[in-house]
Amino acid sequence: MFKRLDEAAPPVAITVDGKQLAARAGDTVAAALIAAGIAHCRTTPVTGAPRAPYCLMGVCFECLVTVDGVGSRQGCLVPVHEGMAIETQVGKREAGR
Amino acid sequence: MAANDYDVAVVGGGLVGVATAWGLAREGCRVVVLDEGDRAVRASRGNFALVWVQSKGLGLPEYAGWTIRSSNAWAGFAQTLKDETGLDVCFQRPGGFHLALSEKELEARANVLRRLHNQPGIVDYKTEIMDHAQIAKMLPDIGPEVVGGSFCPLDGHVNSLRLFRTLHAAIKARYVTYLPSHRVENITKEDGEFRLTTEQGEIRAGKVALAAGNANMRLAPMVGLEAPMRPERGQIVVTERLRPFLDHPVVTLRQTDEGTVMIGDSKEESVDPAGLTLGVSATEAERAVRLFPLLANVNVVRTWSAIRVMTQDGFPIYDQSETHPGAFTVCCHSGVTLAANHALTVAPMIARGALDTSLVAPFSARRFHVQAAG
Repeated sequence: MFKRLDEAAPPVAITVDGKQLAARAGDTVAAALIAAGIAHCRTTPVTGAPRAPYCLMGVCFECLVTVDGVGSRQGCLVPVHEGMAIETQVGKREAGR
Repeated sequence: MAANDYDVAVVGGGLVGVATAWGLAREGCRVVVLDEGDRAVRASRGNFALVWVQSKGLGLPEYAGWTIRSSNAWAGFAQTLKDETGLDVCFQRPGGFHLALSEKELEARANVLRRLHNQPGIVDYKTEIMDHAQIAKMLPDIGPEVVGGSFCPLDGHVNSLRLFRTLHAAIKARYVTYLPSHRVENITKEDGEFRLTTEQGEIRAGKVALAAGNANMRLAPMVGLEAPMRPERGQIVVTERLRPFLDHPVVTLRQTDEGTVMIGDSKEESVDPAGLTLGVSATEAERAVRLFPLLANVNVVRTWSAIRVMTQDGFPIYDQSETHPGAFTVCCHSGVTLAANHALTVAPMIARGALDTSLVAPFSARRFHVQAAG
């Protein structure tokens, strides 16, 4: 569905829920998830409905994920780095992470 | 008595007003609620939602008994509201804590409780001082700085916004007439009935119940009553929704049924409801993190300030006018905690036209006339 504009950017190794994934330098977490075809990145705290990155500009808070152990990060505002561990977030965030 | 539109006009559509109106409707009264509009300074939309017993009544021991009466009635009150409206106000009574971050705070706390429970005539109920280890068994996430605290098994909390909505649904279901944007400008008694002037016209009623919060100060003298108030501002900080980690409300911090954590209990003399003092929010948040260190990285999603309804001595005022019989004041700080009393105890008294002095005599505003000792 989505195509990269710049296929030449160097790869960045990250993990999503423990699985290895090759993102590209310059990707945000949300862009990396979308490019990898990951259909949703969290479920809502109230109804448990699945959610995916939407506005990609920091406004809608749909792309919340756990990044390197810190919950409820806005995936579209966080650039990937080598070794980053991303976890999809189920329901309410756990305090303390 | 002249034929009028309503048996009782309740002035004020906040928690105190609608709880009273619902109770009156249950007694078979034809009731109208006269409310301000959306811009009203409304404590019912900004409060902390505790149904709280511990520490109430220092200086007026009967207030402890009055509070416990409402606390004990709350579960039945919530169930009746659910039966009538299908809405759950999420009342829980797991017992609550007051936590101390230093030995000095704990000693001050213990002193307050000793003075409170040493008062002659005070109802006997349990509030226990606990040390860190005892508290940690019930609140495993407390931080190392929590040296101790007090626990009262009668304390609880509720979803206050849902309570407000539920009471409005409940009065509607009982055919109470609710008139927003009807700020009462003047009240007179003529030909045995009350005439309430609003910009939208005059309302007539056989009785009037003043439940307008801090505005009772303005309204009460119109019918020979008084309600000395000292409004006070409080600020609340709210976090994102978190998985449940806090089984008991703390007087300054609680996790709601929906998962958010509310942090509050500041007091300022300001009466500007629109302002926020960042330093106050920051202090509240800093203390919250010392109480529960796992909150350190949690996102704050909202802060607000609201004006507390507060009588001059902090205790409720219930009176019937001697010069204008049929006019009542229902005025208090704790509109959530005392909602069950207002609906189930005070409203029937107003419906009968006489306050039961065995229950509410200590709360007459006549107490303000006692001259201070020289």
